[in-house]
Amino acid sequence: MSGHTEAEIKKHVRTYIAVFAALAALTVITVAISYLHLSFGPALALALAVASVKAGLVALFFMHLITEKKAILWLLGFTVFFFIVLLTIPPLFHH
Amino acid sequence: MSSEIRYISHPHPVTGVTNSKLGVWCFLASEIMLFGGLFSALVMLRGGSTNWPHGFEVLNVPLATLNTMVLITSSVTMVLSWASLVRKDLGKYRLYMAVTVLLGLAFLVIKSFEYGYKFEHHIYPSKSTFYAIYFTMTGLHGLHVIGGIIVNAYFLLPGSKLWHKDPEQFTGRIEAAGLYWHFVDLVWIFLFPILYLL
Repeated sequence: MSGHTEAEIKKHVRTYIAVFAALAALTVITVAISYLHLSFGPALALALAVASVKAGLVALFFMHLITEKKAILWLLGFTVFFFIVLLTIPPLFHH
Repeated sequence: MSSEIRYISHPHPVTGVTNSKLGVWCFLASEIMLFGGLFSALVMLRGGSTNWPHGFEVLNVPLATLNTMVLITSSVTMVLSWASLVRKDLGKYRLYMAVTVLLGLAFLVIKSFEYGYKFEHHIYPSKSTFYAIYFTMTGLHGLHVIGGIIVNAYFLLPGSKLWHKDPEQFTGRIEAAGLYWHFVDLVWIFLFPILYLL
């Protein structure tokens, strides 16, 4: 990430602050949802949805995936595929 | 061997990234699978349990929410320390990196209050399946926080000498250390709701 102009970096910093505000707000939202005491299914779906948005913001902006090279994105794509395989193993054996 | 051949200051022509960054991403890929195995175990244990407790009834949600905020803040100060280096401002870099290290330590202190409270009440990993996976996952995450603090403290003090020799390489190192630190934040972003809020 070299060769940034001063204006570009200023824009980046503004983005980082905005992402930080969004992450803080989403943390408050996910805690607030937990106080509603929803049944397990909807509670899980909402908690995972909020966490995924937060994780996406961190990965895209703080970890620069939004402007990252293809080599890294391919590597991560494979990893995410095998991660999902791992998570589908328990439900497969549950029934 | 010169740094030109090793592509640690400049991107490799084939991958378009420095070898250092590719290496860190490979490491993070293995980390995703490490935590993935534990998340998978959690799903299996919870699915097979008939009386899994609600996290918010047995764990301290306010403290964990505070810790989530601490870790998120440390992630933004980490990325600001990198941005300061891109702007060639070593002073600001040191300031943001010092705050990042302090926030990492604050996370550990808050976490130790939580653990301490559990131990006072004789709650150990052996207490139940819930506590076994809770202590395993938060404990492994805590070890990652400790590792990150050590790396960041190194780059704050002795490691920053590299700035005067090769600023590009040093900036790359801080970006790589940042990738790891953000990953640690990312793991917590999932651990927090799954263990504490469900």
